[in-house]
Amino acid sequence: MGPRTKLVLYRTLQALPALVGVVIVSFILTRMLPGDPAAYFAGPAATEASIAEIRATMGLDRSLPVQFLHYVQDLVVGDLGNSLSTGQPVVEELTRRLPASLELTLTALLLSCAIALPLGIAAAVHQGSWIDHACRGLVTAGVSLPTFFTGIVLVYVFYYLLGWAPSPLGRLDFVYLSPPEVTGFYVIDALLDGDVETARGALSQLVLPATTLALFTLAPLARMARAAMLQALSSDYVRTARAAGLGEGQVVLGYAFQNAMLPVVTTLGMVFSFMLGANVLVEKVFSWPGIGSYAVEALVVSDYAAVQGFVLAMAILFVLLNLAIDIIYTLVDPRTREG
Amino acid sequence: MRRRDFLKGAAVLGAGSLPFIRSLPAAAASNGTVVVAMGQTINSLDIHRSGTNRPSYQVAVNAYDRLVSFGTKTLPDGSLSYDYSVIEPEIAESWETTEDGSAIIFKLRRDGKFWDGSPITAEDVKWSFDRAVTLGGFPTVQMKAGSLEKPEQFEAVDEFTFKIHTIRPSKLTVPDLAVPVAIVINSKLAKANATTDDPWATEYLHKTPAGSGAFKVARWEPGQQLVYERNDAWTSGPVPEVKRVIVREVPSQATRRALFERGDIQVSFDIPNKDAKELSGTDGMTIHSTPIENAIYCLCPNLTFEPFKDKKVRQAIAWSVPYADIFQTAAYERGVPMWGGSSATPADIAWPQPFPYSTDLDKAKALLEEAGYKDGFEVPLSIALDQSDWMEPTALLVQENLAKINIKATIEKIPGANWRTASLVEKRLPLHLETFGGWLNYPCYYFFWAYLEGHLFNSSNYRNEEIETLTNETLHIPVDHPDYAPKIKRMIEIVWDEVPRIALFQPALNVGTRDMSGYEYWFHRQLDARGFEA
Repeated sequence: MGPRTKLVLYRTLQALPALVGVVIVSFILTRMLPGDPAAYFAGPAATEASIAEIRATMGLDRSLPVQFLHYVQDLVVGDLGNSLSTGQPVVEELTRRLPASLELTLTALLLSCAIALPLGIAAAVHQGSWIDHACRGLVTAGVSLPTFFTGIVLVYVFYYLLGWAPSPLGRLDFVYLSPPEVTGFYVIDALLDGDVETARGALSQLVLPATTLALFTLAPLARMARAAMLQALSSDYVRTARAAGLGEGQVVLGYAFQNAMLPVVTTLGMVFSFMLGANVLVEKVFSWPGIGSYAVEALVVSDYAAVQGFVLAMAILFVLLNLAIDIIYTLVDPRTREG
Repeated sequence: MRRRDFLKGAAVLGAGSLPFIRSLPAAAASNGTVVVAMGQTINSLDIHRSGTNRPSYQVAVNAYDRLVSFGTKTLPDGSLSYDYSVIEPEIAESWETTEDGSAIIFKLRRDGKFWDGSPITAEDVKWSFDRAVTLGGFPTVQMKAGSLEKPEQFEAVDEFTFKIHTIRPSKLTVPDLAVPVAIVINSKLAKANATTDDPWATEYLHKTPAGSGAFKVARWEPGQQLVYERNDAWTSGPVPEVKRVIVREVPSQATRRALFERGDIQVSFDIPNKDAKELSGTDGMTIHSTPIENAIYCLCPNLTFEPFKDKKVRQAIAWSVPYADIFQTAAYERGVPMWGGSSATPADIAWPQPFPYSTDLDKAKALLEEAGYKDGFEVPLSIALDQSDWMEPTALLVQENLAKINIKATIEKIPGANWRTASLVEKRLPLHLETFGGWLNYPCYYFFWAYLEGHLFNSSNYRNEEIETLTNETLHIPVDHPDYAPKIKRMIEIVWDEVPRIALFQPALNVGTRDMSGYEYWFHRQLDARGFEA
């Protein structure tokens, strides 16, 4: 077993207690939410008796330890329960909504990286120049505009005034049908299906929300890229490389950039996980059927199963993400490279 | 964030730099399709299921039929509304009450067909009604309002004759059969998909409607859209004009308004009062603002709170409310004023009608002094966070005027999930806002829910012996009964004098339409697409 495989296994094992903790904490926290879901779901004209009936159907009349036991039993067989507010099994709902959020978040992240990394590097290389100031300006604007505001402004300008963007109606305009599901990413699925028209439709729906999110995430990435690059450029090995007469391109991209990537990858991981949960407002503005709006709606009505399912899914996602980042780390870190 | 703010604040960004793909022209209206946007989500296709939310009731309306329906009338402003005074046949062809009043016999259409072509029989009606009164929760409560309480009451006499054995003769029974809950389900299909654990096929019907209605559900993606397709063989009424209705869920108000103004949607359902006011009179758009029948937005002083036990204090509060300001700021003048009635005794039995109070701080002060609260008291004024669009401005205005009569009100915001429990179930909020509206449009029905002790919407814990007796006496007797009007007038007179509920205004339902016609207001306040023409 190579040291890397060992590392991966070790990290995976480390994640298990965290997951158990998440299961317990999410269960207790949802029970501590204010409000009586039975009364809420019994509807506007419910009587005491009908609320009691609903409470029994929901299993809320049993004691907490018994409820927890049932929850864990179901969990073991992969059953996260039924969401009361949407009326669907939580697993089904998550598998449908998670790809929507992931597609949006990943697209935004790609877009953000494509702008932030070159910008950050250029700003570091030409420190104090106009490009550095431009970077600072863009970054400040990006963080200081809340996403819902940017979202609404983009809708207003590009959809309402100019009519360039398609109607902000979620993942696909109603003239298209959703492509057969393979990955859950509409653009990729449509392309796999050979349906270029639908892929274009799905892509065009993505542009505005992804831009909104990208603007917001530009800041940490560009700042981190700039700072890391500055540090790398002032380090001994870069000086050595320069002294050895290596070309500027190789020094910047080959030596400095590789080392500067480490903190950037870490930030990337943090930004990604943060974005998944934080794009609720963007989802609302663009009617995006993602996981964030689902969780918030479930939380508002104390929909226990849905909230627990969401927390658990996110926890698993974070564990996987951290694992992936650790692995990428070992790949990009020159020090861990085996000779 | 409100749209006007963003209109003001929106700076034109560097346009034209990004490669936007031009949207396909959404020329949906041209081919018999109507696109509707709404803010809420449809969570079930089965109205009887526990947990089914209000927006889902529209599926019961469009995809299912009932025995009877209400007629249609044209309102003074030219818009269409259902007519509660006219009961029309739907699945039933005719009906009559037996001589002794112990039963109602319905003759079903002989040509009535479900979507799968099977005939609609009395067995289906019985199974559906049994289901509604057995499953519990909201459908059972609503059926009970029409004195429909247990399966033994329902009898399939023969294939096309259905009989209801009444518990008591009641004017509410037949109208209650026209509400969304009283749907007729294809029982053969449902039973074929039922299990021993789930004899009423709740799992199946939750996702697969089995009805006979004007529209079939072609597609349902929860959280995104619901697509209705016309039932070309509808037997319970004239086949709808439009082929397809797409209901898209668009949570953001600003987005809904942009879609509507751009003309990419033909119907924007339940638009905020503010948008309704701003968009009215715009070319090409029609904004229907229909006062919601039998509904009043109220300020409720709770009688468990010591000072409010005294009717004079409640009256003082009623005289202190800045009604006109509230109507302007919170309702944007959509709806009907419910203050400034000219006499303390009602002239007729119209409900709601303006209460005999207006803003008169001197009167309020005098009443407080008489009650011994010259120096006032402190009271929390509770509002629901999820209804803050109208509750927050209202509460602020009420608070301001209460301060002028030495009552110090502190505004307490309660999250939506707790609101129901706190205000209606526990009835523990000393002073709060309340919004009850009754589906069945009779004053006695409103009194039953809102003024009888212990009843759900009586969040003021009000009890008056005369009201208890009179409400129970009037609830079931016909409106043209000689006792009805005098008793109702007496009831109104009492609650005007004792004001456990201070009427602020009658709210309105705002719906915007363009490039289509045939929108009709219904008491259930949900989309009825059956009359749409595009």
